[in-house]
Amino acid sequence: MSNPIVFAVIVLTLLGLVGGLVLVLASRFMAVKEDPRIAEITSCLAGANCGGCGYAGCADYARAIVQDGAPIHKCAPGGDKTADAIAEIMGEESSDRPAMRAFVSCNGGANCGVRFDYSGIKSCAAAASVAGGPTACAFGCLGYGDCVNACKFGALSVQNGVAVVDRDKCTGCTACTRACPRGLLKMKPVAPQPAVLCRNKERGAAVVHACKTGCIACGICVKNCPQQAIFLRNNVARIDYTKCNGCGICVEKCPKKVIHFMDGGPTSVDAPVPEYAVL
Amino acid sequence: MSANIATFATILFSMILVNNYVLVQFLGICPFLGVSKKLDSSVGMGVAVIVVMVIATAVTFPLQIFLLDANNLGYMQTIIFILVIAVLVQLIEITLKRYIPALYNALGVYLPLITTNCCVLGVAILAVQDYSADVTARGFGFAYGEALICAAGAGIGFLLAMVLFCGVRQRVEEAEPPECFKGLPITLVAAAVTSLSFMGFGGVVENIIAALL
Repeated sequence: MSNPIVFAVIVLTLLGLVGGLVLVLASRFMAVKEDPRIAEITSCLAGANCGGCGYAGCADYARAIVQDGAPIHKCAPGGDKTADAIAEIMGEESSDRPAMRAFVSCNGGANCGVRFDYSGIKSCAAAASVAGGPTACAFGCLGYGDCVNACKFGALSVQNGVAVVDRDKCTGCTACTRACPRGLLKMKPVAPQPAVLCRNKERGAAVVHACKTGCIACGICVKNCPQQAIFLRNNVARIDYTKCNGCGICVEKCPKKVIHFMDGGPTSVDAPVPEYAVL
Repeated sequence: MSANIATFATILFSMILVNNYVLVQFLGICPFLGVSKKLDSSVGMGVAVIVVMVIATAVTFPLQIFLLDANNLGYMQTIIFILVIAVLVQLIEITLKRYIPALYNALGVYLPLITTNCCVLGVAILAVQDYSADVTARGFGFAYGEALICAAGAGIGFLLAMVLFCGVRQRVEEAEPPECFKGLPITLVAAAVTSLSFMGFGGVVENIIAALL
């Protein structure tokens, strides 16, 4: 007690020892045993934490695979390589998974009329909530780029007032499909096939007033499709990708130029038909 | 009894509004600017800070009175508090992970950030500074209660500042500031204005509590 320096050092050392001991005991007795496979799977996932799999992040998805038996092919950015790696860790057979990429089902933008001048917050969600949105078409792209902000891979951009997906950069994580207040971002299998870039459910005359390139449900594509792959639903042409062979006749025949090719042009009429394809 | 309640209420509300740690005393600015981009992360951080502040004060206050002050080691306060708070946060993290995994997942990311946070150390030191005199005047129990209420108030004030500033920040970012102001500059300006608004609470709380009781 005579030397205050020695006493202070002793007190601090004792406190440090007690603290260290408590932590050692705590980590010994309260350790949570984690399945080592969780860490392994986390390390082979894409690591973007994009949430496209529907879980809170890569680590949460890895936990769900090991503990809840979640399907192993949900990591879209990682693709087949990741699914194979997980299959190896889990000792499962890896099944082929469809490679889906996003596309914007609207080609309005500059072609679409304006109902009123909107000068509020520059966000699609905000603009869509004001009196049904400033665009003449109540279904079309608002062009403020909420999807661009949602995309972690830089695959989206707004060009001429309408969002466009760079399908080479897209990883299929589906984050953008949840960001669009009008639900315009859809997933389409990667194949040289056409897509209908309009979702306007109004009848022909109303569509013509709103937009230069809106689907007027004239049915020309339906009549001309040799595969009977196109049908009309809610006044919009829809393509059944289980039947479409990518011949491209609809792209030529569409009077409003609403149907566009995705992933390259009509390279082969006998393009493989993916069995998983849905609308 | 009602005098005690008035004292506690005054401490609580003046810690939240008048002496707000972030906006008036300028402690804990780094999480305030760093984690306030999104509402859910700022709430997570705020709740974690409340928990750590109360537990840290609950341990450091008696440590100061019975170990440091009793042995004339007051000058060791800073180093011992840092040591104790660091151990505590680790212990809380391990305990939460074992027993309340849901809360661990919600707070887990933020707990290590708090380990050496200045506002947690600040509340431990300032509680000792303000209320250790009451140990001799009104008994240890009362002073301990004051310190704990002070820590809880400081934590709630931190949460309030985070949530308010998160809203301000989102509005500021949507408002498209001039290019040279984008990002941190406009955030700091907004923080200054938010802090100014809290200056208006000065001297209000004591009078309101006195009028109520």
